[in-house]
Amino acid sequence: MDSVLASDGDLYLRRTVQTAVKILVVGHFAVGKTTFVGSLSEIRPLRTEETMTQAGASVDDLAGIEGKTTTTVAMDFGRLTLSDSLVLYLFGAPGQQRFTRLWQDMTQGALGALVLADTRRLDQSFDVMGLLEEQGLPYAVAVNHFDGAPAYPEEEIREALDLLPETPLITCDARDRISSTHALITLVEYLQNRTVQEHV
Amino acid sequence: MTPPAPRHERGLVRPYVVTDGRSHPTRNTFDLVTLVMAHEDRPLGGLSPEKRRLMELCLGGALSVAEIAGHLMLPVSVTKVLLGDLVDSGHLSTRAPIPSAQLPEAQILQEVLDGLRARL
Repeated sequence: MDSVLASDGDLYLRRTVQTAVKILVVGHFAVGKTTFVGSLSEIRPLRTEETMTQAGASVDDLAGIEGKTTTTVAMDFGRLTLSDSLVLYLFGAPGQQRFTRLWQDMTQGALGALVLADTRRLDQSFDVMGLLEEQGLPYAVAVNHFDGAPAYPEEEIREALDLLPETPLITCDARDRISSTHALITLVEYLQNRTVQEHV
Repeated sequence: MTPPAPRHERGLVRPYVVTDGRSHPTRNTFDLVTLVMAHEDRPLGGLSPEKRRLMELCLGGALSVAEIAGHLMLPVSVTKVLLGDLVDSGHLSTRAPIPSAQLPEAQILQEVLDGLRARL
């Protein structure tokens, strides 16, 4: 993690920042979301946790929740200042937070999502991909390279993940800043092409 | 991932005590990336310890709602309630993530792309 910038002076946003956008980094447990966010973030990645009842977002009144099962949902996030006026936030979270207010907060207004996948556990990516599709949030898939994980031809991975032909599929090393930046660029290029096509 | 087992609150004070039991902010305008700015001329006397802590953090410069929650180690929902009160009392102001002039999405995407490419 090359967080040489993470001194106190860089804790705050530049005064000139006008626009903040967000991109989600999603995937199953231990797929490398936190590592990915950490590789790119200019601040020490932050984490917030929310304690929820199992009933999730439908519970507005907290009276009497004692005795109900509670669960903790967490998200890790980081920040990239992209220009004097623009800042990008990356939010990393697992998909099983679907019914929580935190998940709604993350997806609302997000430009898109990068799904991290592991070739040893491709089937575990279905949940979160389905969830993004339900919410109409466009995504690209980045296969995170793990030492010793089998490398498959792209076509096989596409088939295993049942990807649409237009969905970008890339490989990346979440520990590497440049590789992770390339993965984000692929996603944003895809988002841009979609926008152009919508307006044609 | 299996859901974590139920566990005890870690803090001395349960989160919703600091919000007087409220789980919703007084206003519904906070996105995770809404930018928050503090007004330096407002007195901090009379604020609860959590609100004072939030103000002390925000007086250093602009931060997003998510960063404030992360730095204070408070749940986002609790942070939003505190922020709502502090906006109401004139201690803070916020800026919508995308300015009201509504930059076209294509332009934002191009700026994101330029910024990312410049990092390579």
